[in-house]
Formats: sequence, structure tokens, C-alpha cells
Amino acid sequence: MHALLSVFAFIAHRLVQALLVMLAILVIAFAVRESLGDPIREFTGQVVSEAERAELRKELGLDRPWYVQFTDYLGRATRGDLGTSFIYKKPTVEVVLAKFPASFELVLGASLIVLLFCVPAGVYCAVRPNRLGARLVLGLSVLGISIPVFVTGIVLISIFSVWLGWLPAFGRGDTVAIGPWTTGLLTLDGLSHLLLPALTLSSIMLPLFVRLVRSAMLGELGHDYVRTAWAKGASPLRVWIVHALRNALLPLVAVGGLQLGTLVAYTLLTETVFQWPGMGFLFLEAVTRSDIPLITTYLVLVGLLFVVVNTLVDLLSLALDPRVSLEGAR
Amino acid sequence: MSGPAAMAGMNGAMAFARARPGVGLAFLVLLGIALAALFAPLIAPQDPFDLASLDILDSELPPAWLEGSDPRFPLGTDAQGRDLLSAILYGVRISLLIGILAVVIQAAIGVTLGLLAGYFGGRVDDIVTRLADIQLALSTLMMAIVAMALVRAGLGGEALSLFAVPLLVVVIGLAEWPIFARTARSAVLVETTKDYVRAARAVGDSDWTIIRRHILPNSLSPLIIVATTQVAGAIMAEAALSFLGLGMPVTRPSLGTLIRSGYDLMFAGSWWVTVLPGLVLITVLISINVLGDGLRDWLDPRRGGG
Repeated sequence: MHALLSVFAFIAHRLVQALLVMLAILVIAFAVRESLGDPIREFTGQVVSEAERAELRKELGLDRPWYVQFTDYLGRATRGDLGTSFIYKKPTVEVVLAKFPASFELVLGASLIVLLFCVPAGVYCAVRPNRLGARLVLGLSVLGISIPVFVTGIVLISIFSVWLGWLPAFGRGDTVAIGPWTTGLLTLDGLSHLLLPALTLSSIMLPLFVRLVRSAMLGELGHDYVRTAWAKGASPLRVWIVHALRNALLPLVAVGGLQLGTLVAYTLLTETVFQWPGMGFLFLEAVTRSDIPLITTYLVLVGLLFVVVNTLVDLLSLALDPRVSLEGAR
Repeated sequence: MSGPAAMAGMNGAMAFARARPGVGLAFLVLLGIALAALFAPLIAPQDPFDLASLDILDSELPPAWLEGSDPRFPLGTDAQGRDLLSAILYGVRISLLIGILAVVIQAAIGVTLGLLAGYFGGRVDDIVTRLADIQLALSTLMMAIVAMALVRAGLGGEALSLFAVPLLVVVIGLAEWPIFARTARSAVLVETTKDYVRAARAVGDSDWTIIRRHILPNSLSPLIIVATTQVAGAIMAEAALSFLGLGMPVTRPSLGTLIRSGYDLMFAGSWWVTVLPGLVLITVLISINVLGDGLRDWLDPRRGGG
């Protein structure tokens, strides 16, 4: 009963924390809008006389004290209204979310590549640390971490698109709309467009995750239960995969969740190299054209994603591993 | 350091470089690139900032080993007919300058906070550790991108290009202090329990003296190791920002700017304008990281070869 209560306390604590972080992000977004953006421009453009502007300010309630306006902003934000884009003349949330499928599919493709290679490579490096192959993988991972993601992209484009002409270098190719979601995963053209960007993005995440799996595996292999498994005569594959790997994957979820911010930054760079029409590409367009509402909306939505993922990772760690300390709840 | 000790250090370094040829090579490559960048005004065949010396007829010439090259331009030219070798030399200069200055700021903030947190503990420690955790969770590269994006959106591209160097130094400097703070803090935690610190306290040295004269000098090794890899991180961050158009302007290109401005030419077949600065950037980063790994093994043998 007591344990159950502390689990609830933990969950409640995490949810309150998430809400507070979201509030902080909205305060920053509001401050940016106030100091950099001119809301009048959202409606009129710049060729309006000073008197008309003052009139409009009053009409829109922009002459009220900032805390009243902030409460107003907060109220609209909870209803999913974060302003109107200068460039697109549409609600910013709609504009940013329309780009979400492209970014998501890029990250999905890269994650699949990372998962496909990082687990076998990491396990191999942990169980056979002195083999040439393991040293090679670790050496390559140092190189991989040293190569900026956009240089990888440029090198891949110059080889596979410009020189060999095998794969397209920019855009998403043909997409299919399923309700509001446009996917490039269902057409051959879309998939061929996805290959190079996904490879590029995975090239920077892969070395990190190979090292993570390796060190997590090394940690597990030293435990008593592994020795017990060996002692009762379990086959090596069974010890490594069924016993050690299962427990090694747990910290991976937590550390992987912490890498989300880095992932967003690398996705932004990859989208720029491949002119991939995702959220990061949109963000840079908004920056070069000073579309303040669009910029702040991107930041709020990425912040929201960040908060949701981190909260989920925390709750997932709790569900997967009852030993996770509930100390943080107090 | 006295004469004989310095000699031993030098000999030790030579012996270490011989045992780990990769580290020695990385050091030599880095030294060569740094010297070339430092003396760029003397050795560059052309002043890439002097628009009068450019001739559009020389544009997009390939490097010396390809057909149609011009012996005046060993690495070819860009779209404006600028000598790529000269542009890269000056670009490395800017990249290294920003990388090193940014790490100086990181170290100044991080080491100060880390020393205070480790030495005084309690509330100070709680606040510094918490701040560092939050900042690391947010991803330093993403924070730098957001900061430069807001500056650019707020002030416009013009103002950004005027103050690009100080802005980049400050933004990258502010973004990554937590790593120094953590390193300094854990070094202090180890040192404060040692007898010489207790002895210093017993003879009545002030906190400030103990930190400055005793703890800081003894915590230097891990800080030097961190500083090395942080320079690579700062150079990479600068290149990424410049590639996104949020860093150095085309008029004063860093390696990242060169890569960006050559990007469009790649599809027309002039791959060298973007790929060569990219390869130089990779060489610099790999050399620094290999050197950092080597320094770690040399200065901190307890951590082993892994």
C-alpha cells in the first residue's frame, strides 16, 4: 500500500514538474514575442500609419499590462493557438505540425538504422573486447563522433548523387496523404529520397549508441546473476542476449531519452543539407525571414516534445525497473 | 617547473608519442595546421578578403590534381574566383580562434562554479549541480542554435555579421560550461579530503588561498583533458552554426561558412569548393579528439586505455 502511494507520488511529482517546465517555456516564448516581434505586423504588414497602429493596438488589447496579456497568451496556447505566421498567413501551430511527418519519418529511418547496428556492434564489442573487430568498431566510433553531420551529408551527396547519380539529394520525393499525415514511406521514390538523409543522421547517433550499448553490457556482464547463468551451463548466446542484454537495454532508454535535444539539433542540420521539408528546415526559413510567431511556436512545440518524451522515459524506467529509486518524488 | 623536471616531461612526452604513434601524428598534424593558420597572412598566396584581387574569370577552377587546373590555385577556386587554399587557411584561423576563445569562457565560468560548488558544498553545490543538469539535458548545440537564431531574427543578418565573432564566442562559451563545472567539482571533492588541504587549513590559510594555491593546481590534469575535447566541440558547434547561416558571414568565412557557400556549387560538379574545407574541418576535429584521448591516457593513467 505504501509502495503504491509512493508510485503515485512519483508520477504526480513528474507531471507537476512537466507542467512547470512547459510554463517556463511559454514565459520565454512570450518574452521573445514581446521583445522581438511586432504583433501588429501579423495582421497588417508595415505600411500602416502610426495612428492606425495605435488604434489597432487598443483594439487588440496590446496596450494592457503584460501580465494580463500573458494570461491571455496562456489561455490561447492551451487551446492550441500560438499566433499567425507572417510568411504563410496561417495559424503557426498548423504550419509547424504540417511539417512534423517529414521530420518524424527522417528520425524514424535514422533510428531504425541505429537500432539495427548499435545493438549487435555494442554487444560484440562488450563480449569480445580484444578482437580486432571490436577495436575497429571503437576506433571508427571515435572517427564518427569527430565528423560533423552536415559534412557527412555533403560527402554522401557528392558520391551517391552527383558522382554516381544513384540517389536523389534533396526533398522528400512522392508522398501519399493519409488523412492529415503525408508519408513518403509508401512510395519507392519517397523511400529512395529518405535513404541518404537517414544514413547521414544515423552516422552521428550510431557511434554514441554503440558506446552506450557496449558500456551498459560491460556493466551487466560483471554481475553475479551472469556468473550464475554461466555456472548452470547456459549457452553463451543465451547468457548474452536473454540475461545481460535485456538488463543493459534499460539504461539505454533513459540515456537515449536525454539525447533528444541533440537529436533535434542534428535533425535540423540534416534537414538543411538535404533540403528536407521538415520542422527544422521550416525553423531556419522562419529565422531568415524573421517570422517571430513561427519561431516561438517551433520552440514551444519542440519544448513540448522534449517534456513529453522525458516524462515518458522517466515513467517507463519506473515501469521497467521497480528498483528505480523513488527518492526523486520527495 | 624546474629544469630537470621539464626535461623529464619532454622525454616522457616523446616516449609516449613513440608508444602511441597515432597521438604523435595527430599532434604534428594539428601543430602544422595551427601554424599555417597563424601565419596565414604570410603564406597564403592571396588575400581572400581583398575583393580587388579576385577575377571572376578564375571562378570554379578545379584543384591541381584535376584536369583544367591553374598552377596559381593549388586547391582550385570558388564561385568568385577566390583561391580556395587561401580561403581555407583564413577559415581555419577564424574557426580555431572562436573555438579556443569559447573554451576559455567555458572554463572560466565552469571552473569557478565547479570549484565553489565542490569546496563549499551545501546550497551552492545544489544550485550549481542542478543548473548544470538542466543545461546538459537541453543539449548545448540546440541551445546555441536557438540563441543565435533569436539574435539573427531580432537584429537581422546585418548586425549578426558585424558582431559574429564575439557573439559566437559568448554563445558557445555559455552553452557548455557544465562539463567544466562537473570536472572541477569532482576534482575538488577528491582533493579537499587529502591531508595537505587539512594541513593548509590548520596553519590558517584562507579558503581563497587554499583553492588558488593548493586545490586548483592539483586539479589541472582532468581540466586540461576536458579542455582539449571541448575545443573540438566548440569548433564543431561554430561550423554547424555557420553552416546554418547563423554564424560567420560570407565576407569573413570560417570553415563552416566555406562549406555552406560551396554547397550549391556541388550540384554543378564543383565539389571541391565544399568538400575540401569539409575535409580540413574533419582533420582538425579528429586530430584534436585523438590528441585528447592520448592526453587522457598520459595524464590520467588510472583510467586505463579504454
